[in-house]
Parts: sequence; C-alpha cells; structure tokens
Amino acid sequence: MIEPITGRYAQMRLDGRAHRIYFEEAGQGIPLLCLHTAGSDGRQYRAVLNDGRITKDYRVIAFDMPWHGKSSPPEGWQREDYRLTIDAYTSMIMTIARELALDRPVVMGCSIGGRVVLNLALKHARELRALIGLQSAAYVERYYDAGWMDHAEVHGGRACGGLAYGLMSPVSPEEHKWETVWHYMQGGPGVFTGDLHFYQGAEGDIRERIGAIDTKLCPLYMLTGEYDYSASPRDTQAAAERIPGARVTIMKGLGHFPMSENPAAFLSYLRPVLDEIKNSVPGT
Amino acid sequence: MFERLPEVVNGNPAIVRWGRHMNATFMLEAGEAQYLVHVGSGKIEAVEKGPFVMRSWTFAIRARRECWDEFLRKTPQPGWHDLFALLRRGDVKLEGDQRLLWAYLLYIKLALQALR
Repeated sequence: MIEPITGRYAQMRLDGRAHRIYFEEAGQGIPLLCLHTAGSDGRQYRAVLNDGRITKDYRVIAFDMPWHGKSSPPEGWQREDYRLTIDAYTSMIMTIARELALDRPVVMGCSIGGRVVLNLALKHARELRALIGLQSAAYVERYYDAGWMDHAEVHGGRACGGLAYGLMSPVSPEEHKWETVWHYMQGGPGVFTGDLHFYQGAEGDIRERIGAIDTKLCPLYMLTGEYDYSASPRDTQAAAERIPGARVTIMKGLGHFPMSENPAAFLSYLRPVLDEIKNSVPGT
Repeated sequence: MFERLPEVVNGNPAIVRWGRHMNATFMLEAGEAQYLVHVGSGKIEAVEKGPFVMRSWTFAIRARRECWDEFLRKTPQPGWHDLFALLRRGDVKLEGDQRLLWAYLLYIKLALQALR
C-alpha cells in the first residue's frame, strides 16, 4: 500500500542563509501548515496527512525545520551551537508559507509550535486563516537542565528518547508512543537542546504580550492533552485567560505529542475544529 | 516499596537492553525509607533497604511516600505519571551524578514503571 503523502525539497533563504527544506504534503484545498515539536520532525503528522476526511478539504503540509529530520543544517553548522529564537522561528514559518505559495494557511503547531502560533497570532494574524495550538502555553520555566541532552558523555538519542517517553500519556498506544520516541532518538546532537532555548525560560516567554492577540482577525484554537506536564492544561488555560476569544479543548488521555502518540484519539478532536474553520470561511 | 524491582526488570529483556551498560548503585528514597539499588549490566542485582550509614551511591531519586504511591498506581493520574512530571511539580529531587542519570534515563523510567 502506497500512502498518498509526497515528500519534496525546497531551497530558500532563512535568516539570511541558504537552506534546503524537506516537506511532505497530501490533499487539496485550504492549506494547513503543520509544525512539529522540539527535537523531532514532520513524521509526527503522519496520521493527519493520511486522513482522507481531512485531506479532501485541506492541503496538509508538514515541513522539517532546519537541522531536523531531512532538512539539513545550513553550511557552516559544525562551527556553531544551534539555538532557536522566537524571531527566527516566526520568520521561518512565514517564509516557508510564502515559498510554497500558500494562500492564508491555517497553521497548526505542537509544543514549540504551539508556542509560536501565539506569536504568529500577534504578528501575522491578517495573513493567516486560523491558528491551532497543540500543547500551547505562553511560558514554561527551566525546571530541568536540557544541556545534558547535548553532552559527549551522554548518548543524545537515548536521553532525548527517555525525556520524550515520559511526556506521553500512560494510556496512549505503545506502537505510537515508541514511534514518537524513535523520532526523538534520531535527532542530531544538540538540536533538541537548541530548540528548548526558545521553549524554556526567557527567549520564548510571551505571557505579557498575548493579551494583544485579536482572535477576530484570526481564530485561535488551543488543544491540550491532559497528561502533558510541560505545557499542561493549567498552562494552556492560563494563556487562554489572557486571550479573548481563544477556544480551549482539553484532550482526555493524551500527552505532549497528541498527533503522534495517539493519532486516532487526536483526529477525533481535530476534525471538528477543521470542519468549523472550513465552514466559517466563505469561498474556500 | 521497591523490593520487587529485580522480579519485574530482570525477566524483561525489553527493559534490560536499555541498561545493558549500566553498572552502578543508585538510591531511591520514599519519605524516610531509603533503598540502594545495585545494577549490573542492566539487571537489578539487589535492592537493599536502609537505614544506611556512610554508604556511597551515584545518583539519588528522592520523593515523599505519597508521591511514589501516586506514581506507582496502575494508571497514574496526569502530573504523577513520570519522573519529570514529579520534577516539574517540585515533588522529586534528583541528586548526585546527573550524567549517569541522563545516560540511563529511559532505563530508569522503564524499570520504575514496571512496578505498576
């Protein structure tokens, strides 16, 4: 059985440097751009890309961020520490949307992606159709030292996998939990840690800014798995309280990687959101 | 509380393989009760119950007894299901050799959850 997903590469400049970006897509219709979590890649969205009920109305696209999956780091990477910043991440997404000629896409992101959709809501609401934050929160404190996952005397793949494993729900299917762990184990040295530079602590802290989000310009949906302790339901609700019109759903039995750790349960939450977006936008 | 570790880990190659290169002793603490867990090539060679006097260990995982009770439920509640979930709550202390703990994090998690 050959899946309906196709993968291609696109060359573009991001943050002033040449990049070769891998993306997968399936379906036709409203563009739905999907953002993977820190230290992983677009395979997390395999079930969304394979869901015919979604792809009959949506062109689903999942790209691998630079340094992740099949997107290489830029030339000269061996001389630097990778550190994701909120500005670079935000402009990366908008550049990719432009390079792929996406017309007012829906953007859905998880974890770091769930954080950055809040910044997209602040900065680019008029260019986007709707935003979906999975495991979306405005801040998380630095409650562990992510530097250990970028250490020559610790196997990065095993450590990253060990960390990701616990972020999932104890009731998610083993098959999909371990698939999710595998993606983490394949990350390059220091990449997960570099993403967490944005996610933990000051760099990505947008608590004081999100009150300016206008959900009338661009609807914002926030879906959070109840077993997530990194972006917990409480964290999502705290963010939503500052954003008039944000729509929160707490997903029972799901953890930090809903689309990847339990695809069937996640799709049952996602489809109604996508139906609502589709039906609320005339002429699409 | 942790006495069953050898029984639940050693017969399970899917856990042992993640600790295959671990040869170390670590401490588990549940309130006042202390345990020293001796690991050899991924198998739990012994679990000693304290109190101890001037014993060495590599890393220690310390939490209240009630905290472990929640963690070890067959299906734990959200926020109680993982060592790092407890860490974010401020309900566990990870002390000593952090490098070794990170090197075997997946093994330690799988071993502890096997007690559920």
